[in-house]
Amino acid sequence: MLEIKNLHARVEDKPILRGVDLTVNAGEVHAIMGPNGSGKSTLAGVLAGRDSYEVTQGEIRYNGADLLELAPEERAREGLFLAFQYPVEIPGVNNGYFLKAALNAVRKERGEPELDAMEFMKLVKEKLKLLGMDPAFLNRSVNQGFSGGEKKRNEIFQMAVLQPKLAVLDETDSGLDIDALRIVAEGVNALRHPERAIVVVTHYQRLLNYIVPDFVHVLSDGRIVKSGGKELALELEDKGYGWIDQAAEPAGAKA
Amino acid sequence: MSTSTDTIEELATREYKYGFETQVEADTIPPGLNEDIVRMISERKEEPSWMLEWRLKAFRAWKDMTEPTWPNVTYKYPDFQSISYYSAPKSKKKLESLDELDPEVRATFEKLGIPLNEQKMLAGVAVDAVFDSVSVATTFKNKLGELGIIFCSFSEAVRNHPELVKKYVGSVVPYTDNFYAALNSAVFSDGSFCYIPKGVRCPMELSTYFRINAAGTGQFERTLIIADEGAYVSYLEGCTAPMRDENQLHAAVVELIALDHATVKYSTVQNWYPGDKNGVGGIYNFVTKRGKCAGVSSKITWTQVETGSAITWKYPGCILQGDNSVGEFYSVAVTNNMQQADTGTKMVHLGKNTRSTIVSKGISAGRGQNTYRGLVKIAKNASESRNYSQCDSLLIGDRCGAHTFPYIEVKNTSSTVEHEASTSKIGEDQIFYCRQRGLSTEDAVNMIVNGFCKEVFRELPMEFAVEAQKLLGVSLEGSVG
Repeated sequence: MLEIKNLHARVEDKPILRGVDLTVNAGEVHAIMGPNGSGKSTLAGVLAGRDSYEVTQGEIRYNGADLLELAPEERAREGLFLAFQYPVEIPGVNNGYFLKAALNAVRKERGEPELDAMEFMKLVKEKLKLLGMDPAFLNRSVNQGFSGGEKKRNEIFQMAVLQPKLAVLDETDSGLDIDALRIVAEGVNALRHPERAIVVVTHYQRLLNYIVPDFVHVLSDGRIVKSGGKELALELEDKGYGWIDQAAEPAGAKA
Repeated sequence: MSTSTDTIEELATREYKYGFETQVEADTIPPGLNEDIVRMISERKEEPSWMLEWRLKAFRAWKDMTEPTWPNVTYKYPDFQSISYYSAPKSKKKLESLDELDPEVRATFEKLGIPLNEQKMLAGVAVDAVFDSVSVATTFKNKLGELGIIFCSFSEAVRNHPELVKKYVGSVVPYTDNFYAALNSAVFSDGSFCYIPKGVRCPMELSTYFRINAAGTGQFERTLIIADEGAYVSYLEGCTAPMRDENQLHAAVVELIALDHATVKYSTVQNWYPGDKNGVGGIYNFVTKRGKCAGVSSKITWTQVETGSAITWKYPGCILQGDNSVGEFYSVAVTNNMQQADTGTKMVHLGKNTRSTIVSKGISAGRGQNTYRGLVKIAKNASESRNYSQCDSLLIGDRCGAHTFPYIEVKNTSSTVEHEASTSKIGEDQIFYCRQRGLSTEDAVNMIVNGFCKEVFRELPMEFAVEAQKLLGVSLEGSVG
């Protein structure tokens, strides 16, 4: 589904990704771990098409297409979903209205008819239950005045409604207390599907107790320096990222 | 955003949709301004002598006044001697019915989406159509007449209802009020007049559509709306003009009067030609609008969506004279490209327990400059009065500006004034978030801007709100790239 080859990317003049290789197949859950500044969020941003990142080398194939040729909205309509680390507030724009516009944009691309307000509500109520959210939530402005936990929950709720093929969760666990973490993780687990791939980007192993990955990759200084099964995450928890840096060839200064 | 830049550029250069000119034989008086011209206008309109006297007094006052320099806008002052102050489509005889209207003029309004045929009209909206200096048609007159509602052109009111005009004209905006109000009082050509009798709730929206057509002319209309005790009226105003390279002056005066327990809602969607991308041409929109809540528990609401004009300079305000009266001002002002707007409101609290609400949303894009200027004045005797003001500015891009000048004067201790202000930028982050969910850049900007303006749009009558949303989309096309 997703094939990243020798990906290099920079922000302004600063190289961040320095040759990432990664293959993700349908049905798999991959965790990308790494210390701060290793390039995790950059990788998520490049996948979604954030224009502050410039790809200088390498390629990304997504379902056979050249992902880098697609505009962010085209990627989204093709089923690529990014759960934001910092979900953005849009004052005055009704949460439900926003989500309906997003869903219909995706459905249009898939050749499915747009949902009317009734059909949409029926679908959405089901998904709200999944994340234990109050329907009143739909009438609030997008992310405005939401607590940290509500924002993250909203991201996963959107994912549940949009039913992406590839979901990238960027630090979805940051800022969550243990109860919120459990709810969010349960929401994600309910979305695991043989035809859907999930890439979980996280600093801490903690989330992976709830969302158990098939593969774990360690990103350090812009490269994947180690890959393994779920045990790798536990090992990291135990030994810290320093262990990886020693294991890998020492690279230049870390941020 | 390389992928979306092309379409945005395309949209940015899209032409002003209403920029066409109608070929119609016109009676236009020579340019220039002096007492003879004022007399000539009055004569063309077959006015009684008291009206002419009033005009001449205004003209004499104007001669001693100077163009205001305090607004936060820069422009070349108009040369008042090179403007023609009266232009009207020639008609051979007096119109007996709408069917006799010049087909060219009728076609113009059709093209603007304002059919003047009563059968074709939106149910529930009566229109007074003003073409250059004269009112050319007023629809649903008879139906309104059955309720005692007078809805006609200003000139007609001067002839047929002199007692009402005499009593109220200049009672809210005296001719000495300011430079452009004085000019308007001297040379005003036409406009709408509306009187709602005691206890009558006007069953339809009343609307005036202003169209400037002739080149080298100014439009100086005057609108007077009176809601008698317990009456209610909702009034809409729309406007467009052809695209021209020179600036044209539009200096209107609107006066509203609400007596005891009466309500007047006045909504404007202003879409005068804004000039081109480089700031060539466009309308100078220098307007004085004011309402007087003369009676107890009366209410006046101004709602405006300002997207057009090269320069806008207007402060629709309320004088809250009656005890318990209410004044409201809801505004969305957009400046794109080289447009400049200095707009806001004045709320003058004189009566006890009077309340006012101000919600102003300024949107600046391109190199547009948007200024909010508002006065809240609470007089000594206006005890227990309250004001709430909220001024929000939204910036799109980094070459535009937003400015806020609130003036607050409170002369008693039992009143409350609240002022909130915010400035935000449509962030790349917001747009990216929307795009990541599958929305195009244009849809994202539209959604963000409409969200920003929501509190104002919900004050507009239904059809107008839809119109305003569309207009906003068009005005901002190409502002993000």
